[in-house]
Amino acid sequence: MPKAPAGTLYRGREGMWSWVAHRITGVLIFFFLFAHVLDTALVRVSPSSYDSVIATYKNPIVNLMEVGLVAAVVFHALNGIRITLIDFWKSGPRFQRQMLYTEIVVWLVLVVPGAFFMLKHMFETLFGSAS
Amino acid sequence: MATTINGAAAPAIETPRSPRRRPGGPKARTNFELYAWLFMRISGVLLLFLVLGHLFIMNILDGGVQRIGFGFVAGRWASPFWRTWDLLMLVLAELHGTNGLRTVINDYAERAQTRFWLKMLLYVSAGLVITLGSLVIFTFDPNIS
Ligand code: HEM
Repeated sequence: MPKAPAGTLYRGREGMWSWVAHRITGVLIFFFLFAHVLDTALVRVSPSSYDSVIATYKNPIVNLMEVGLVAAVVFHALNGIRITLIDFWKSGPRFQRQMLYTEIVVWLVLVVPGAFFMLKHMFETLFGSAS
Repeated sequence: MATTINGAAAPAIETPRSPRRRPGGPKARTNFELYAWLFMRISGVLLLFLVLGHLFIMNILDGGVQRIGFGFVAGRWASPFWRTWDLLMLVLAELHGTNGLRTVINDYAERAQTRFWLKMLLYVSAGLVITLGSLVIFTFDPNIS
């Protein structure tokens, strides 16, 4: 049996899995963008029809999905910068793995408080807290 | 004279950096793929600010999505700054996403017919989204009822 080739930048391990996640998040964001341009276009129909689609975003379940979308966009954005650095920075390929772990830390630092505030607004509206 | 290995003709080896030949087709005449690759990186850097800024303002800043409604949009789009921001974000994100999906289709759709029609669907939808979206930004009327 020939030995499996050692992982390269895009084969196996961090390089491949970050590519998989980048692709899945990119496609997800693309389909959301399609829906989002259509719902926003209702401002051109009437204030009440726009307000009624926006009401769906304020629904707690949809709001939770929105937190997931934000998490996906932030990952894709940070990973896109990592890809660009791998391509243009001369030490980029050497540090691709370290950049991925840095990216995950930055992702947590942005997404955890972000999710907290998104959910806080939701709970305040749900339970009518004064703010 | 053709090189031989043990009497059999050796496969021709192209000189390094010779232009890629498409199977059964002429060689590429343009650098389209290079520019598409570059566009993904340049639009990505711009989208980093446009999209993350948009998400922060719409979902997190005072009240988040709970405060959004027609009045909120009318207030924002009164300013040319935000209309420019949103137009730029719309066009860049849609072109970036469309080019990204073109790559995905090229990777997974193996039959020529399937590839062709999936990409046609993609380009038509991209044209619709950019046209509709910019029309809404340019013709927005805060006094509509
Ligand atoms: C927020 C800032 C963004 C950054 C920094 C970014 C960066 C990138 C980069 C650098 C690539 C090229 C990857 C490669 O060639 O290997 C890419 C691919 C892609 N992006 Fe983005 N992007 C962003 C936003 C978006 C948005 C808003 C969408 C959807 C409309 C999107 C959808 C895609 C798709 C579908 C791909 C193709 C993925 C693949 O080929 O596997 N991206 N992104």
